[in-house]
Amino acid sequence: MRNIKAIMKRELHGYFSTPVAYVFIVIFLFMTGIFTFYVGSFYERNQADLEPFFNFHPWLYLFLLPAIAMRLWSEERKTGTIELLMTLPVTVADAVVGKFLAAWIFSAIALALTFPIWITVNYLGEPDNAVILSAYIGSLLMAGGFLAIGSCVSALTRSQVIAFVIGAAICFLFVLSGFPMVLNLFQAWAPQALIDVIASFSFLTHFSSISKGVIDLRDLVYFVVLILFWLYATVVVIDIKKGG
Amino acid sequence: MSDIKPAIAVASLDKHYGPIHAVRKISFTVNHGEVLGFLGPNGAGKSTTMKMIAGFLSPDGGTVTVNGHDVVEDPVGVKASIGYLPEGAPAYGEMTVQRFLQFIAEIRGFKSQARDVRIAEIIRTINLESVRDQTIETLSKGYRRRVGLAQALLHDPDVLIMDEPTDGLDPNQKHEVRTLIRNMASDKAIIISTHILEEVDAVCTRAIIIAAGEILFDGTPEELRARSDRRDIDDAFRRITTNQTAGYA
Repeated sequence: MRNIKAIMKRELHGYFSTPVAYVFIVIFLFMTGIFTFYVGSFYERNQADLEPFFNFHPWLYLFLLPAIAMRLWSEERKTGTIELLMTLPVTVADAVVGKFLAAWIFSAIALALTFPIWITVNYLGEPDNAVILSAYIGSLLMAGGFLAIGSCVSALTRSQVIAFVIGAAICFLFVLSGFPMVLNLFQAWAPQALIDVIASFSFLTHFSSISKGVIDLRDLVYFVVLILFWLYATVVVIDIKKGG
Repeated sequence: MSDIKPAIAVASLDKHYGPIHAVRKISFTVNHGEVLGFLGPNGAGKSTTMKMIAGFLSPDGGTVTVNGHDVVEDPVGVKASIGYLPEGAPAYGEMTVQRFLQFIAEIRGFKSQARDVRIAEIIRTINLESVRDQTIETLSKGYRRRVGLAQALLHDPDVLIMDEPTDGLDPNQKHEVRTLIRNMASDKAIIISTHILEEVDAVCTRAIIIAAGEILFDGTPEELRARSDRRDIDDAFRRITTNQTAGYA
């Protein structure tokens, strides 16, 4: 626990002592603004809710969060600090969890900074704040899923560019796995049960119900299991790499 | 720590990188009070061996025991009793020296009060006062190396493994680091790797020459010197390493 905390603190400090954090947060806030007001027609809809805001989160996360996750391990490999970190008395799991939590907290900070839009919608009308809270929780869980996938991909390579591209591609599959363009690939040959399983992997399906205020235990479990699975995979990848 | 038990025991240690047989079943022990110089041509397997002792790479075969902890069974136990300076002294560039050492101290289990005292102490010992609030990426090579040393020595480990601790330092800095090592030598087990043969005379009580993954020589600096007709360490090194491995001539 002490080690996880120390690694998490170091990592978070790393984000904020370079321009990475500020660039990310500014771009994230700017993009959510554009998507909500222009693409999502926040005003024109004349409804006091944040649906246009949350609807775009999966798409924003798709290319912003792999950019955060890509540095988690690739950078350590590139600069050689992984040798320092892994010869300190910490377990691989400590390091994986500490780094993931730092990235997750960072994305939570960026998400929390979207609060003006919540104030705006409360000023303009009377939204259901329970639904909004539920959607924030869903968005945060989904961000955790993206980051956990990115963490594993980042552990595979010393190149941040490769980590970004592959990370984004895998996340894209997870976002879209409920859509015909992915399911059609399997329709011809796979049994219906497998297709249902693949469809149930979709980030969108799980996120959209939470963001509508329906907190179903299955959706929560889905994201938690997904995060744990990819973090475990990260540990395995690092252990294998240790074998040289 | 009893003197009978070796601090570091390496037995039949073996490592492949794909088709390359980097370390071939080497065995040796290091006791407390010994400073072992690890010599050998580039690519001989020195760094690989040190990485395996420090628990960064896992061996393909053989065992490493440090203070009774097996590196495969109890890696955290081994890492807790070792101070390790990796080759090139990597450190988190965006952190200041002070913050970096705070992070290391936290991981090494120092509590708040003791931590500050110990960091202040090590900064004084290693002469880092003038750069303590500078970020590591802005430091010169010599200072970076010293930050690496400070990191390795912070918890006052009784086993120290340093991969080329004086590489890239100017003559004065080299002298300082050697003095530092000599002063710690009496109660610690120390392994240093080096390309600088005069360092063997300056600090080591024992030398191992390794080439192509095998130990070619294990003895005192005096015995090494005796291998040369001219009683010259450079000459002895050349004789030993070029005899068996023509590729390195």
